[in-house]
Amino acid sequence: MNFDFSDAQKMLKTQARDFLKSACPTTVPRRILDGNEPYAAELWKGIVDLEFTGISIPEQYGGIGYGYLELCCVAEELGRAVAPVPFSSSVYLATEAILAAGSEEQKKKYLPQLAAGKLIGTFALAEGAKVPTAKNQETKLEGGKVTGEKLPVPDGDVADFAIVVASSSRGPSLAIVDLKGSGVKREAVATIDPTRSHARVHFSGAPGELLGVEGKGWELKESIFDRAAVLYAMEQLGGSDACLAMSVDYAKGRYAFGRPIGSFQAIKHKLADMYIKNELARANCYYGAWALQSGAKELPVAAAGARISATQAYHFASKENIQTHGGIGFTWEHDCHLFYRRSKLLSLVLGSLHSWKDRLITHLEKQAEGSAASAAA
Amino acid sequence: MDFNDTQQESQYRQQVRTWLDANAGGLKPTGPSVFDAQTRRGEADYVERAKEWQAKKTDAGYGVIQWPKEYGGAGGSQMQAIIYREEEARYEVPAGVFDIGLGMCGPVLMMYADEATKRRLLPSMARGQDIWCQLFSEPIAGSDLAGLRTRAQRDGDDWIVNGQKVWTSGAHYSRYGILVTRHDPTMAKHKGLTFFWLDMKSPGVEVKPIRQISGASNFNEVFFTNVRIPDSQRLGEVGEGWQVSITTLMNERLAVGTVGAPDFKEIFALTRRVALGDQPAIKSAAVRSRLADWYVEAEGLRLTKARTMTRLSRGETPGPEASIAKLVGGVKQQEIGSFGADLLEQAGAVLDSDVLPGHGMFQQAYLASPGIRIAGGSDEILRNIIAERVLNLPGDIRVDRDVPYNEIPTGKG
Repeated sequence: MNFDFSDAQKMLKTQARDFLKSACPTTVPRRILDGNEPYAAELWKGIVDLEFTGISIPEQYGGIGYGYLELCCVAEELGRAVAPVPFSSSVYLATEAILAAGSEEQKKKYLPQLAAGKLIGTFALAEGAKVPTAKNQETKLEGGKVTGEKLPVPDGDVADFAIVVASSSRGPSLAIVDLKGSGVKREAVATIDPTRSHARVHFSGAPGELLGVEGKGWELKESIFDRAAVLYAMEQLGGSDACLAMSVDYAKGRYAFGRPIGSFQAIKHKLADMYIKNELARANCYYGAWALQSGAKELPVAAAGARISATQAYHFASKENIQTHGGIGFTWEHDCHLFYRRSKLLSLVLGSLHSWKDRLITHLEKQAEGSAASAAA
Repeated sequence: MDFNDTQQESQYRQQVRTWLDANAGGLKPTGPSVFDAQTRRGEADYVERAKEWQAKKTDAGYGVIQWPKEYGGAGGSQMQAIIYREEEARYEVPAGVFDIGLGMCGPVLMMYADEATKRRLLPSMARGQDIWCQLFSEPIAGSDLAGLRTRAQRDGDDWIVNGQKVWTSGAHYSRYGILVTRHDPTMAKHKGLTFFWLDMKSPGVEVKPIRQISGASNFNEVFFTNVRIPDSQRLGEVGEGWQVSITTLMNERLAVGTVGAPDFKEIFALTRRVALGDQPAIKSAAVRSRLADWYVEAEGLRLTKARTMTRLSRGETPGPEASIAKLVGGVKQQEIGSFGADLLEQAGAVLDSDVLPGHGMFQQAYLASPGIRIAGGSDEILRNIIAERVLNLPGDIRVDRDVPYNEIPTGKG
């Protein structure tokens, strides 16, 4: 039994944590929250210089060719630091999509640039307030042109290109669209977490380069989301741990009725519950990491498990962190809301808890039917 | 990162499997396990079978794997013990009778008894010949164990014990017990305690069964009337009873780990089998949501255990994450029991598994699970422990600290 990260992976994690402690104290996301910058450009440059953007990209495409366990280590730390950068869109979604489905030519064209941070990519699925399905995609891909509107697109205002889910005559397909090119209009939209920018992106005959097989885009999107779910879950776990640490620290130092509030069981039990949820999430996340790294057939189930438990843990930790702090935690000046905002944003970005629960049970039903069928045979 | 055994572990596992296949008499039936309201009918027979099985294991070197050979163990590692437990869990063998002795009484004797006593008592405990019980809780002292009243008064080379213990699992078939008493009620409560082991056949020991809400009767009240215990059976110094008790309870928390069925697997199977409206219950969004919650909890516990085993496999001490198992598992089983009964609609009220075959499991769990949330550290005490020992939050302010025990208010208890 070796259900843990290796010493080298833990060192990378420490490196990432140390770097982010100095390069991304909470004053950095706060600056993005209060100002007009879409993301922290100097932090992004620092992350690129450390080659974190190229972790999962093979050396032949300009990356450093580590594995997903290494990427998970970095993701956890980015989450802990509520880093205001387009890392998740560009790495977990765009890079992974091209690695999974890109032609040799596409890999050569995009991956070295993504690794070097010269291109920022993203993934455009949502079309307003509806649950996206294979059948309800109104954005069209016809004759190599994309038409329609995606809202919201994470980092859609700053990304160089997007992988757009669009319907063609053969069914849902993925198209790479240059967001700086013709036929694209975009505007930033206000979201619950202004430290991570989002946009409304309008396509009117924008040139779209097919990614993967036409008509097979939905299956591809599902598998990209399974993989990304693990990485986002690691960010959620990191954020959730940060909330617990903040709450514990505050509960030890804040006095009421002549004693530290952390000596009251109402607070103790709340923080113990936070710890428990975080540990359950950690175990599920590590399992997701293992499945992602090893390409295990359990990945869809493990990814959904990681996603659900990390979403639940971060929600609980970020809301109860505010509660532990009392009035001060509800102020704009205090850092609590950075985590509360990020928690909700991350829980929505690949689809809601509701959708992922349904997805998990669907996979488990298939598994059960599969094993019943093989038992009968 | 992987879930594989090391080469040595894998060889050991293979060896265990081969032995179990030849000696354990069959795998557990798959599918829902059959629950029965376990009264004490058939219990004596069960205990006899458990003793035979433990003796057989001991002869083959699987009795108490991690104990030293001179005390009846096999001189193996903690990891080997875990591998054996995992493998044995797949077989239909009597279990549970020796957990308290081997998990708590044995380790405390090993730490505090003299060499001659250890060599005399531990081998028969390991072999299952002598069953041990733990005499800790009292009507007035549960979560606040140090508030106990049972008196031990010195009389020459002996102590005379008077008082009452409660919730003592297996006392009615135990040969020996470990006992914490108060030797001086004028001292502060944690300081006036002294610890012993005793022969349960001593004159003045009386065991009365307690019937639980599940109808089962696993534990007892134990009354002490002028029971004479030689001072040579004292464990630890006079006044050191609290430290000795804490050592035992630490072992208890490692021993009481996983909560059994029904778990996710059973409730998942039920939701596929029964209908809600015109379709299988599992098609309901509300049902799916609950299932997903239990799945991530069950997986979270399974995988947390895998993290603990990883540490043990490397020869390290388990981390604090091991402490969450009972806390999460108890509540989960209670909710699954309740939900399982709900899925049967009005028939969920029927307890008799002869009337509704295969369905009694959830109702039994509903009735039995409140006990899990209390035994071996209540949910509330476990949360305190996580908060104080894992998160290092400050201790509670205590009104009974440094007050002579006999001046502490006791209310109506």
